[in-house]
Amino acid sequence: MTAFKSLTQAGVKGFVRDKATLFFSIVFPLMFLVVFGLIFGNSGTNKTKLGVVGDGPVVQALNQTGVVDFQHYGSLDEAVQHVKDGDVPAMIAESGGTVTLRFAASDQTQAGVVQGLVSGVTDKVNLAATHQKPVVNLDSSQVEDSSLNAIQYLTPGILSWSVATSAVFGAALTLVSWRRKQVLRRLRLAPINPAVVLTSRLTVAVTLAVVQAAMFVGIASLPVFGLKLSGTWYLGIPVFLLGILAFFSIGMLVGSFAKTEEAGTAAANIVVLPMAFLSGTFFPLDSAPSWLKTVSNVLPLRHMNDGLTDFLVRGKDASALLVPCAVLLGFMLVVGFIASRVFRWEDA
Amino acid sequence: MTQHPDRAEAAIVVDGIRKSYGDLKAVDGVSFTVSEGEFFGILGPNGAGKTTTLEIVEGLRKPDSGTVTLLGESPWPRKVSMLPRIGVQLQASAFFDKLTAREQLETFASLYGIGAKTAGEYLELVGLTDKADTREDKLSGGQRQRLSIACALVHDPDIVFLDEPTAALDPQARRNLWDVLRAIQARGKTIVYTTHYLDEAEILCDRVAIMDKGRILAMDPPATLVRGLDAPTRIILERGALGLEEAQGITGADDVTEDELSLTFTTRKPAPVLSALAEKGSLDGLQVRTATLEDVFLSLTGREYRA
Repeated sequence: MTAFKSLTQAGVKGFVRDKATLFFSIVFPLMFLVVFGLIFGNSGTNKTKLGVVGDGPVVQALNQTGVVDFQHYGSLDEAVQHVKDGDVPAMIAESGGTVTLRFAASDQTQAGVVQGLVSGVTDKVNLAATHQKPVVNLDSSQVEDSSLNAIQYLTPGILSWSVATSAVFGAALTLVSWRRKQVLRRLRLAPINPAVVLTSRLTVAVTLAVVQAAMFVGIASLPVFGLKLSGTWYLGIPVFLLGILAFFSIGMLVGSFAKTEEAGTAAANIVVLPMAFLSGTFFPLDSAPSWLKTVSNVLPLRHMNDGLTDFLVRGKDASALLVPCAVLLGFMLVVGFIASRVFRWEDA
Repeated sequence: MTQHPDRAEAAIVVDGIRKSYGDLKAVDGVSFTVSEGEFFGILGPNGAGKTTTLEIVEGLRKPDSGTVTLLGESPWPRKVSMLPRIGVQLQASAFFDKLTAREQLETFASLYGIGAKTAGEYLELVGLTDKADTREDKLSGGQRQRLSIACALVHDPDIVFLDEPTAALDPQARRNLWDVLRAIQARGKTIVYTTHYLDEAEILCDRVAIMDKGRILAMDPPATLVRGLDAPTRIILERGALGLEEAQGITGADDVTEDELSLTFTTRKPAPVLSALAEKGSLDGLQVRTATLEDVFLSLTGREYRA
């Protein structure tokens, strides 16, 4: 067996047998995806609550709009009390030909929505009762806009974050622990090219990242979350690989400076966590202040995130490869060069 | 078997190496030669400079001055062609994470382009055959120590360096390891090892260098060093085996002392004292002690040996 193959095998075995690392690099980020996916997944279809007393054509028509969530109450007074208490933003009561609408004054927007909705439906019912042809016909249907469904931006975002985290931690902690435990010395004393050791560790990192990506896309594509990959998803592969390389080299740099695993963990967290929040991993940067968008442009995670989003879900063509690939490649070269300059075999 | 360095071919020639860390002279002008097949010990208390000396010889550190010739070449900077011929035992944690004893050996063997088969042979040599499938982190301290020695040997090197292989082991584990070290020497390897157990070095080594404060104070076969002291022999009996006055009357006894447990003769002529005691039939609890390397250390440094 060649040194490369056996070192890679040793790395994979060591990783798979380490339950804690396995949990934090695969299960933990998946939990983020599931939790955020479930929380934000409902935000687009949040229905307006409406207290209802009695029944009639207006209540029926409101129900058919599918945008209100009925809370049935026994009497008008009880329903009004719930509005006063803030349990529901508004209530309607329908009996005979009368529709009573009461709304809370505190939330003007909700009140406006409910008022518009109820009066629109009431007008429609009235119109229908006259059996006259409407003067104006309304033709409405939905279009896809550029703002993405939650799962569509969460999947590439959390995937980039978790791949970046694994690459940084994997590289940094391996380097620190190998130096401290003298495994590096062992390798230095063996007739082996350091490049072989490095590429074997990179292979382990890429293998892990591919497993992460497969699990992320697989789970996000479940009907509960509803991820839909675009036709050009495969163009994300170069962005993905260059991202791993860039973050691996950041990990090598961290590992060159840190003396203990604890220091390495802290340093890697300081590098990755703020970057995750500034790069649109957990929420889109569309509504962020412009200075923040500018700052985030210098972060490699932002470009990995953007690149993956462009190809996995936005379906952009190959011309969109240039910026993310160039930035990530540049990061890898510069940081990798610095890391190779400050690399130490031994502590003292 | 003791070989004199002048007659056998030299495996290692160290000439006047020095290494300082700030004001501390860790190694302060050390020279020695180790011949092929020799079991050479570097002894001394912690901080004597043993490990630094070893690391310079192995090519892991560059000396500030002086030269090292290892198998005819300088080990610094890293010479890939020389590395398969030397085996270095590292601290007992220098393993890959979560691999079993056999997997560790196979992985290290592969670094030298050696097949997986030899792993079993070296597990047997160090007595870990029944632990082959145990993960390294589940082994005892002594077992890990033996595994790390097996890892240093798996590519069949000509020279083996062992840094404190018996440190922190219980007495039984130490003795097991001695058998391993003797087995390695029987394979014709040159062994250089450091220890702070002087008694152990006396038993194992063909030749020892006693180091203190970065310098070699003495270098010879252990028996030569001990004889060179010309120290008196002590003969110890159980207390009450003989009256104190009667004991003082024995010819050849230079000094006799008695404490709660023992009656101790100090003599330079042990033969007449022992035969007189035998005639009297008073040999209960007999112990005969000659000087040890600890006494050599005491006389060289003027202070008691403290490991």
